[in-house]
Amino acid sequence: MRVKYFAWVRERVGVAEETVEPPADVRTVNDLIGWLSSRSEAYAYAFEKPKVIRAAIDHAHVKPDAVISGAREIAFFPPMTGG
Amino acid sequence: MSVTATIRIQQADFDVAQEIAVLTKSRTDIGAVVSFSGICRGSENGEPIAALTLEHYPGMAEAEIARHADEALSRWPLQGLTIIHRFGRIAPGENIVLVVTASPHRQAAFEAAEFLMDYLKTNAPFWKREESGKGTSWIEARDHDDAAAARWTKA
Repeated sequence: MRVKYFAWVRERVGVAEETVEPPADVRTVNDLIGWLSSRSEAYAYAFEKPKVIRAAIDHAHVKPDAVISGAREIAFFPPMTGG
Repeated sequence: MSVTATIRIQQADFDVAQEIAVLTKSRTDIGAVVSFSGICRGSENGEPIAALTLEHYPGMAEAEIARHADEALSRWPLQGLTIIHRFGRIAPGENIVLVVTASPHRQAAFEAAEFLMDYLKTNAPFWKREESGKGTSWIEARDHDDAAAARWTKA
Protein backbone atom coordinates (compact mmCIF):
# COMPACT_ATOMS: atom_id res chain seq x y z
CA MET A 1 0.00 0.00 0.00
CA ARG A 2 1.02 3.57 -0.57
CA VAL A 3 1.59 5.78 2.46
CA LYS A 4 1.65 9.58 2.24
CA TYR A 5 2.79 12.11 4.81
CA PHE A 6 1.96 15.80 5.04
CA ALA A 7 3.19 18.95 6.80
CA TRP A 8 5.46 18.32 9.79
CA VAL A 9 4.81 14.58 9.71
CA ARG A 10 6.29 14.57 6.19
CA GLU A 11 9.25 16.66 7.31
CA ARG A 12 10.02 14.41 10.25
CA VAL A 13 9.67 11.17 8.29
CA GLY A 14 11.79 12.63 5.50
CA VAL A 15 9.72 11.44 2.52
CA ALA A 16 6.38 12.57 1.09
CA GLU A 17 5.25 9.09 0.11
CA GLU A 18 6.40 5.50 -0.07
CA THR A 19 5.12 2.01 -0.65
CA VAL A 20 5.13 -0.28 2.37
CA GLU A 21 4.27 -3.92 2.99
CA PRO A 22 3.53 -4.29 6.68
CA PRO A 23 3.23 -7.79 8.18
CA ALA A 24 -0.22 -9.39 8.46
CA ASP A 25 -0.56 -8.63 12.17
CA VAL A 26 -0.58 -4.90 11.38
CA ARG A 27 -4.35 -4.61 11.10
CA THR A 28 -5.35 -1.07 12.05
CA VAL A 29 -4.18 2.48 11.50
CA ASN A 30 -2.84 2.45 15.05
CA ASP A 31 -0.95 -0.79 14.36
CA LEU A 32 0.55 0.81 11.27
CA ILE A 33 1.71 3.83 13.28
CA GLY A 34 3.38 1.45 15.74
CA TRP A 35 5.03 -0.54 12.96
CA LEU A 36 6.24 2.56 11.12
CA SER A 37 7.56 4.01 14.40
CA SER A 38 9.70 0.91 14.89
CA ARG A 39 11.47 1.43 11.57
CA SER A 40 13.73 4.32 12.55
CA GLU A 41 14.19 7.27 14.87
CA ALA A 42 12.78 9.59 12.20
CA TYR A 43 9.48 7.69 12.16
CA ALA A 44 9.45 7.40 15.94
CA TYR A 45 9.87 11.18 16.14
CA ALA A 46 7.10 11.82 13.59
CA PHE A 47 4.69 9.59 15.51
CA GLU A 48 5.89 10.35 19.04
CA LYS A 49 2.45 11.73 19.96
CA PRO A 50 0.11 9.34 18.15
CA LYS A 51 -3.00 11.07 19.52
CA VAL A 52 -2.11 14.22 17.60
CA ILE A 53 -1.74 12.36 14.29
CA ARG A 54 -4.71 12.28 11.92
CA ALA A 55 -5.13 9.58 9.29
CA ALA A 56 -7.03 9.08 6.06
CA ILE A 57 -7.66 5.92 4.05
CA ASP A 58 -8.31 6.44 0.34
CA HIS A 59 -9.02 10.17 0.81
CA ALA A 60 -11.44 9.84 3.74
CA HIS A 61 -10.74 10.61 7.40
CA VAL A 62 -10.54 7.53 9.62
CA LYS A 63 -10.10 6.80 13.32
CA PRO A 64 -7.03 5.02 14.75
CA ASP A 65 -8.93 1.72 15.03
CA ALA A 66 -9.83 1.68 11.31
CA VAL A 67 -8.83 -1.55 9.56
CA ILE A 68 -6.24 -1.02 6.83
CA SER A 69 -6.75 -4.17 4.76
CA GLY A 70 -7.80 -3.29 1.22
CA ALA A 71 -6.54 0.28 1.51
CA ARG A 72 -4.78 1.64 -1.56
CA GLU A 73 -3.51 4.82 0.08
CA ILE A 74 -3.09 5.75 3.72
CA ALA A 75 -2.10 9.27 4.75
CA PHE A 76 -0.79 10.63 8.04
CA PHE A 77 -0.84 14.32 8.91
CA PRO A 78 -1.17 16.82 11.76
CA PRO A 79 -4.49 18.49 12.65
CA MET A 80 -5.57 20.58 9.69
CA THR A 81 -5.14 24.35 9.57
CA GLY A 82 -6.74 25.40 6.29
CA GLY A 83 -9.56 27.81 5.68
CA MET B 1 -33.53 21.83 -9.96
CA SER B 2 -30.54 20.10 -8.46
CA VAL B 3 -27.65 22.32 -7.52
CA THR B 4 -24.06 21.37 -8.23
CA ALA B 5 -21.35 22.98 -6.16
CA THR B 6 -18.38 24.54 -7.91
CA ILE B 7 -15.22 23.48 -6.08
CA ARG B 8 -11.74 24.59 -7.05
CA ILE B 9 -8.40 23.97 -5.38
CA GLN B 10 -5.93 26.27 -7.06
CA GLN B 11 -2.70 28.17 -6.67
CA ALA B 12 -3.99 31.24 -8.53
CA ASP B 13 -5.89 34.07 -6.89
CA PHE B 14 -9.64 34.50 -7.40
CA ASP B 15 -11.94 37.47 -7.93
CA VAL B 16 -14.75 37.54 -5.36
CA ALA B 17 -17.03 39.81 -7.40
CA GLN B 18 -16.60 37.65 -10.48
CA GLU B 19 -17.39 34.45 -8.59
CA ILE B 20 -20.60 36.00 -7.21
CA ALA B 21 -21.55 37.26 -10.68
CA VAL B 22 -21.11 33.77 -12.17
CA LEU B 23 -23.45 32.35 -9.54
CA THR B 24 -26.22 34.92 -10.01
CA LYS B 25 -26.00 35.64 -13.74
CA SER B 26 -29.35 35.61 -15.58
CA ARG B 27 -31.27 34.52 -12.47
CA THR B 28 -34.18 36.20 -10.74
CA ASP B 29 -34.95 33.49 -8.17
CA ILE B 30 -31.98 34.15 -5.88
CA GLY B 31 -32.77 36.41 -2.94
CA ALA B 32 -29.57 36.21 -0.92
CA VAL B 33 -25.88 35.75 -1.60
CA VAL B 34 -23.37 35.39 1.21
CA SER B 35 -19.66 35.36 0.52
CA PHE B 36 -16.89 34.63 2.99
CA SER B 37 -13.31 35.44 2.05
CA GLY B 38 -10.43 34.21 4.19
CA ILE B 39 -7.47 36.56 3.83
CA CYS B 40 -3.84 36.19 4.91
CA ARG B 41 -3.12 38.39 7.95
CA GLY B 42 0.16 40.27 8.20
CA SER B 43 0.74 39.12 11.77
CA GLU B 44 0.23 35.98 13.80
CA ASN B 45 0.07 36.23 17.62
CA GLY B 46 1.40 39.78 17.42
CA GLU B 47 4.43 38.80 15.31
CA PRO B 48 4.68 40.12 11.75
CA ILE B 49 4.75 37.41 9.09
CA ALA B 50 6.15 37.60 5.55
CA ALA B 51 3.83 34.99 4.03
CA LEU B 52 1.92 31.78 4.54
CA THR B 53 2.57 28.65 2.53
CA LEU B 54 -0.35 26.25 2.28
CA GLU B 55 0.33 22.59 1.74
CA HIS B 56 -2.58 20.38 0.72
CA TYR B 57 -3.42 16.77 -0.01
CA PRO B 58 -4.39 16.68 -3.70
CA GLY B 59 -7.34 14.38 -4.31
CA MET B 60 -8.45 14.26 -0.70
CA ALA B 61 -8.86 18.06 -0.52
CA GLU B 62 -11.33 17.95 -3.40
CA ALA B 63 -13.10 14.87 -2.00
CA GLU B 64 -13.42 16.25 1.52
CA ILE B 65 -14.70 19.63 0.38
CA ALA B 66 -17.17 17.90 -1.96
CA ARG B 67 -18.52 15.83 0.95
CA HIS B 68 -19.15 18.98 2.96
CA ALA B 69 -20.63 20.78 -0.02
CA ASP B 70 -23.06 17.88 -0.49
CA GLU B 71 -24.00 18.05 3.19
CA ALA B 72 -24.60 21.82 2.97
CA LEU B 73 -26.77 21.31 -0.13
CA SER B 74 -28.83 18.68 1.69
CA ARG B 75 -29.25 20.76 4.87
CA TRP B 76 -30.09 24.16 3.40
CA PRO B 77 -32.17 25.24 0.37
CA LEU B 78 -29.22 26.56 -1.62
CA GLN B 79 -29.47 27.69 -5.23
CA GLY B 80 -25.75 28.01 -5.79
CA LEU B 81 -22.52 27.17 -4.02
CA THR B 82 -18.89 27.98 -4.84
CA ILE B 83 -15.90 26.98 -2.77
CA ILE B 84 -12.35 27.94 -3.73
CA HIS B 85 -9.29 27.13 -1.64
CA ARG B 86 -5.81 28.25 -2.63
CA PHE B 87 -2.51 26.51 -1.95
CA GLY B 88 1.10 27.59 -2.27
CA ARG B 89 2.71 30.79 -1.02
CA ILE B 90 0.25 33.53 -0.06
CA ALA B 91 1.33 37.02 1.03
CA PRO B 92 -0.44 39.20 3.62
CA GLY B 93 -3.55 40.78 2.14
CA GLU B 94 -4.03 38.01 -0.42
CA ASN B 95 -7.04 35.71 -0.58
CA ILE B 96 -6.82 32.19 0.86
CA VAL B 97 -10.34 30.78 0.69
CA LEU B 98 -13.76 31.70 -0.67
CA VAL B 99 -17.22 30.35 0.09
CA VAL B 100 -20.21 31.78 -1.78
CA THR B 101 -23.74 30.59 -1.02
CA ALA B 102 -26.93 31.62 -2.80
CA SER B 103 -30.43 31.05 -1.47
CA PRO B 104 -33.94 32.54 -1.70
CA HIS B 105 -33.55 33.94 1.85
CA ARG B 106 -30.60 35.10 3.90
CA GLN B 107 -30.69 32.69 6.82
CA ALA B 108 -29.85 29.61 4.76
CA ALA B 109 -27.10 31.45 2.91
CA PHE B 110 -25.51 32.71 6.14
CA GLU B 111 -25.77 29.38 7.95
CA ALA B 112 -24.48 27.26 5.07
CA ALA B 113 -21.48 29.55 4.56
CA GLU B 114 -20.64 29.42 8.26
CA PHE B 115 -21.07 25.64 8.39
CA LEU B 116 -18.78 25.19 5.40
CA MET B 117 -16.07 27.46 6.80
CA ASP B 118 -16.16 25.75 10.19
CA TYR B 119 -15.71 22.38 8.50
CA LEU B 120 -13.05 23.55 6.05
CA LYS B 121 -10.98 24.78 9.01
CA THR B 122 -10.96 21.46 10.81
CA ASN B 123 -11.50 18.80 8.11
CA ALA B 124 -10.12 19.96 4.78
CA PRO B 125 -6.56 18.64 4.39
CA PHE B 126 -4.62 21.90 4.23
CA TRP B 127 -1.75 22.98 6.47
CA LYS B 128 -0.45 26.51 6.91
CA ARG B 129 3.18 27.29 7.43
CA GLU B 130 4.20 30.83 8.33
CA GLU B 131 7.33 32.67 7.32
CA SER B 132 8.60 35.33 9.69
CA GLY B 133 11.86 36.97 10.72
CA LYS B 134 12.44 33.95 12.98
CA GLY B 135 12.24 31.43 10.14
CA THR B 136 9.34 29.19 9.23
CA SER B 137 6.96 27.21 11.42
CA TRP B 138 3.74 25.23 11.07
CA ILE B 139 0.67 26.95 12.43
CA GLU B 140 -1.00 24.91 15.16
CA ALA B 141 -4.65 23.91 15.06
CA ARG B 142 -6.87 25.81 17.46
CA ASP B 143 -9.30 24.24 19.90
CA HIS B 144 -11.91 26.89 19.23
CA ASP B 145 -11.99 25.86 15.55
CA ASP B 146 -12.84 22.29 16.63
CA ALA B 147 -15.56 23.64 18.91
CA ALA B 148 -16.96 25.76 16.08
CA ALA B 149 -17.21 22.70 13.81
CA ALA B 150 -18.67 20.49 16.55
CA ARG B 151 -21.69 22.72 17.16
CA TRP B 152 -23.11 21.79 13.73
CA THR B 153 -23.42 18.16 14.78
CA LYS B 154 -25.47 18.93 17.89
CA ALA B 155 -29.18 18.36 17.78
